[in-house]
Amino acid sequence: MNKLELQKTANEIRKGIVSGVHAAKAGHPGGSLSAADIFTYLYFEEMNVDPKNPKDPDRDRFVLSKGHTAPGLYAALAEKGYFPKEDLLTLRHLGSYLQGHPDMKHIPGVDMSSGSLGQGISAAVGMALGAKLQNKAFRVYTLLGDGEIQEGQVWEAAMFAGAKHLDNLVVIVDNNGLQIDGNVADVNSPYPIDKKFEAFNFHVINVADGNDFDQLKAAFDEARTVTGMPTAIITKTVKGKGVSFMENQVGWHGKAPNDEEYAIAMAELEKAGEALCQK
Amino acid sequence: MSEVKKIATRESYGNALVELGAEHDNLIVLDADLAAATKTGVFKKAYPDRHIDCGIAECNMMGIAAGLSTTGIVPFASTFAMFAAGRAFEQVRNSIGYPHLNVKIGATHAGISVGEDGATHQCNEDIALMRTIPGMVILNPADDVEAKACVKAAYEYNGPVYLRFGRLAVPVINDRPDYKFELGKGVVLREGKDVTIVATGLCVSSALEAAEKLAADGIDAKIINIHTIKPLDEELIVAAAKETGKVVTVEEHSVIGGLGSAVCDALAEKCPVPVKKIGVQDVFGESGPAVALLAKYKLDGEGVYEQVKEFCK
Repeated sequence: MNKLELQKTANEIRKGIVSGVHAAKAGHPGGSLSAADIFTYLYFEEMNVDPKNPKDPDRDRFVLSKGHTAPGLYAALAEKGYFPKEDLLTLRHLGSYLQGHPDMKHIPGVDMSSGSLGQGISAAVGMALGAKLQNKAFRVYTLLGDGEIQEGQVWEAAMFAGAKHLDNLVVIVDNNGLQIDGNVADVNSPYPIDKKFEAFNFHVINVADGNDFDQLKAAFDEARTVTGMPTAIITKTVKGKGVSFMENQVGWHGKAPNDEEYAIAMAELEKAGEALCQK
Repeated sequence: MSEVKKIATRESYGNALVELGAEHDNLIVLDADLAAATKTGVFKKAYPDRHIDCGIAECNMMGIAAGLSTTGIVPFASTFAMFAAGRAFEQVRNSIGYPHLNVKIGATHAGISVGEDGATHQCNEDIALMRTIPGMVILNPADDVEAKACVKAAYEYNGPVYLRFGRLAVPVINDRPDYKFELGKGVVLREGKDVTIVATGLCVSSALEAAEKLAADGIDAKIINIHTIKPLDEELIVAAAKETGKVVTVEEHSVIGGLGSAVCDALAEKCPVPVKKIGVQDVFGESGPAVALLAKYKLDGEGVYEQVKEFCK
């Protein structure tokens, strides 16, 4: 996909996020929107996956370690064709397969159940190790929140991945700067994030704008050239990106828009989509 | 009389892994810096490429096991029961139990028979913790023969399994040609009409010893060995309760949440009879030689005998 197509796709995924969270009357739009471009790049450009064969043993894997941003993952999977887009409106509803956090048993395309922070990265490390042990070529990607890396298990997993030279593993940190209680720097600063991963023997790539596809492409292309060590891509993003009143607002971490807010958000995204079509 | 052969079930675990490893390339053993103690060291020696030491990081080890299992590997994640079920409880619950992944947890050094290390390392809560996870199979073998059978059955079963092993060498009681292991099925080791003793793990041999002493006092005890605590063989236990009218449970585990609770859950619903729960009575353990601790906490043959006799008065 070229950059414009990726932008259009990301815009559709943002609509899916806002629609799903609105229909659920709950969920996590902020971190889903900040990572929408990362989801888009992974599923539409980077990863070797096929929605018609979601269990292909040789496929690349993605683990959403920051599992609360499931609305973003689900919108990307629906856009990719793993399940109908209209099902996004059943998010979090009783009886729906679209659980509040990713559920690998019931959702096509979800490679790992996640949601309890810090655990997804360990599973991703296990998958990468599984590839190495079986001489398989697939790559493993996992997305963490910048608040999530306050969990000690993240660093247990990072130490192991570095020590075992898992160069088929890419850890992405969505550095949108906010967590439930406020700025990550104020709550319990994880900074410097890059130096920490370097110390754990990762190849580290800083992305100044993780909502820019040129920069994401450069980072993921560079990660493919790395041998002998895992890669950490630290992306500076904007929480709530794409919906003006949600951007950089900590209050939109885990809150659904009401009907009025939903209408404004969707109008903005429609307008953004139209602007992209003019290009 | 010849000396009874004694082997710790953690030794059986390591030996069984070596045997299974020869047949199955996809069997991988994980450890958290305790391979020498969990006795998986023999597997490491036999198959160095299939042994992964995760270092002292049990929570990560459980997550790695989960991830490995999604790629077709059957991981046996090994550490002490305290760290497997205790420290890593939530990882086992959310990363292994919830997605029902094909991970085997080899938990050694369970119960007070850990001995001198004392209360911090004597896990009397693991069965209770694991029982609460939907779909988790819990195996607690009585001896070497059964422990090896459990490891094999765990490999063959598709789903999460918690295997409980001990540090102390225990008598081999199942060394007979007709021994057959069936997951989820209890084994009647002795028929009796006065009381049913349902035992698990190393307490099975205590129960057998107690039964001999009880017989001398005119009390005829039926002995059931429960190697699979979940799913529990309720049918066998309910039938025995109907026959004998009284039930005693014996386990090297807290009386809260373990075999005793599982048996009571079943009987309360299907055949309420008086039940005496023999086990660790809601206390922490302490340092001491394993055999002396089992005696002090009344889990040896004499201790079980005394308590059953009192209950049958």
